[in-house]
Amino acid sequence: MAEVRLDQVSKRFGETTAVSDVSLTVGDGEFIVLLGPTGAGKTTILRLVAGLERPDQGRIAIGGQDVTAAPPAARDVTFVFQQYSLYPHLSVFDNLAFPLRSPTRRTPEPDIKAKVTEVARLLQIEDKLGNRATQLSGGQMQRVAIGRALVRRPAVYLMDEPLSSLDAKLRADLRLELKRVQVDLGATIIYVTHDQIEAMTLATRIGVVNAGRLVQVGTPREIYEAPVDTYVAQRLGQPAINLVPADLLPANRLLPGTATVGARTEHIRVTKAANGDARGRVKWIEHLGDQSHIHVAVKDRTIVALVDPDTDLIREDAVEVTFADPLCFDASGRRIAENGAAK
Amino acid sequence: MAEIRVQNLHKSFGSFVAVRDSSFTVNSGEFFAMLGPSGCGKTTTLRMIAGLELPSSGTITLGGEDVTFLRASSRDIAFVFQLFALYPHMNVRQNIGYPLTCQGLGRAEVKTKVEEAGRILRISHLLDKPVSGLSGGDRQRVALGRAIVRDPKAFMMDEPLGALDTELREAMIGELRALHDRLGATTIYVTHDQLEAMAMADKIAVMNRGLIEQFDTPQAIYDRPATLFVADFIGSPPMNLLPFRGGLETGQTQARLDGVELTIPTMHESIAEADLVLGVRPEQVRLVDDGGLRGEVFGSEYLGTTQIVTVKTGGGMVRARLGSDIRAPIGHPVGLTFRPDKLSIFDKASGRALRTAWTDAARQGGRHHG
Repeated sequence: MAEVRLDQVSKRFGETTAVSDVSLTVGDGEFIVLLGPTGAGKTTILRLVAGLERPDQGRIAIGGQDVTAAPPAARDVTFVFQQYSLYPHLSVFDNLAFPLRSPTRRTPEPDIKAKVTEVARLLQIEDKLGNRATQLSGGQMQRVAIGRALVRRPAVYLMDEPLSSLDAKLRADLRLELKRVQVDLGATIIYVTHDQIEAMTLATRIGVVNAGRLVQVGTPREIYEAPVDTYVAQRLGQPAINLVPADLLPANRLLPGTATVGARTEHIRVTKAANGDARGRVKWIEHLGDQSHIHVAVKDRTIVALVDPDTDLIREDAVEVTFADPLCFDASGRRIAENGAAK
Repeated sequence: MAEIRVQNLHKSFGSFVAVRDSSFTVNSGEFFAMLGPSGCGKTTTLRMIAGLELPSSGTITLGGEDVTFLRASSRDIAFVFQLFALYPHMNVRQNIGYPLTCQGLGRAEVKTKVEEAGRILRISHLLDKPVSGLSGGDRQRVALGRAIVRDPKAFMMDEPLGALDTELREAMIGELRALHDRLGATTIYVTHDQLEAMAMADKIAVMNRGLIEQFDTPQAIYDRPATLFVADFIGSPPMNLLPFRGGLETGQTQARLDGVELTIPTMHESIAEADLVLGVRPEQVRLVDDGGLRGEVFGSEYLGTTQIVTVKTGGGMVRARLGSDIRAPIGHPVGLTFRPDKLSIFDKASGRALRTAWTDAARQGGRHHG
């Protein structure tokens, strides 16, 4: 395992700047998740690390060695793609063993057997080793694809949305397994996704990518609690953070220069209005089982807040809405930190 | 708008039974969701109500009129599909107005109705644009426009949001429900996505292999799953299902699971010694240092406000939804306790939930959305 270092890396495709001045150090054994919408540039960053693309500017180093100009094969990385591509005519065992049997790697057969068995155990597909790859379910195939990356011990694993083609339940199971395997192996992983749940649950640190730039890097908690701007604030949290003009509602403390107030659903109190001081009207209460969301119309805005499932509020009720400890953003969308320092 | 009543509906294709003896009533103006995995019979049921498929037996009434064998075109129902098929050579206005033009309505009337639909869907500014340049969300709004412009008795929607990406889907969920509130139209909505069903529906039918497993409000389905299938299908993560062996007597308030005595909701029926399953929602699980059901932390997943902690116990994995401040390092030994009043108990063989004080508790005023 090794450290990966990107130093002011940029990449253009014709007129389009796909990656713009990205600097990032991925620590040895760290699980970095690059999070952003389609087209943000996160896959290009991954491909630059793999050597599938050459940067126009900047340097890339793996394990202290400059690999900016090195071909993919010389970089000691493995890549897991969204679409699992297994060899259909081979068994699960042979699919897993394939990278070890490569002529450039020449691993003795007993070692191969030991490695493959160990990885199969980690991914809970030991009993499938004798199966043809085509006799597996989608989830099992994706495990084999991940397993094929894990049999090698490269300096760094690169994964591009490896779980996105799976159904919700399987994705949840594999997420947990992948995180465990990573901790067990002490693997360095750079993982790309647009799914905020994957980012929050897997990452040691999340890198939020927007329009080719790395906007913020931090632990899931840092990104959730102290986003640098409104863009990052909207990436995490379901339902999304409420962003409203500063003068819409009174808040307990707004910092000077606040133009936009950000309040997560759990930081809003909605109570029945005493006579005359109603600020909002209940539009709708969503009962999602584990939690309930109340939608309140305030002037021309809708605020979504967490509410007790047994609330006695009903539609059309006049309500008072208060924000507790909201995040403050200036007119350009950047968060204003208290005392000028990050939280 | 009209009530839809389905009685003993049955459909087989050769020896395969797609829908088995289905009965339910959708009240006038209600948003009703049919939820289940692919192949459960939900789309077939929808197609029979719409008249695109004829039932093998059973009856369907729409606003009191028996329409079981009526042709689709005479049922006064509008259908919205997953893949919004718009006519590429027509602009937005022509696409929305097409069903009216087909009915032979006058030009002025079509114009009025299309513009009203445009206002309701907030796409008035797009009416004279070609459909080819529209975003996914706007295309879906146009497809909806084509359905609402006819002012039908009921809407049938078959996974209308399935093709959209997550962020847009969330926005459209809010929009669709708001649209429903404005129109008050009876709506049947088919989906395999529990979030869509939970977020929008007044009532949900959870289907599995052609059978309706449960028909109730979203909260009731979540709180009191009628079967093991529903317990496992609804919730993210789903209900924890812990197998145990035992017999239970009416009035009993304790059960033994893995050698640990647990308080359960008072039993309202008896069952002789059998394989049973205890059902616990992740938010009803708490971690304790001493006592409880013992296990060790297998992993934890940060979700912002909350985290999901997975604990490996003798009876399998148990997931707990806890505040994200609670520390639960991997490998750490912990005890689990369950909030006793909301537990479910199932008979494993039949999959049925046993009657308890919890399942029988009067629903507080038949809680609906909103």
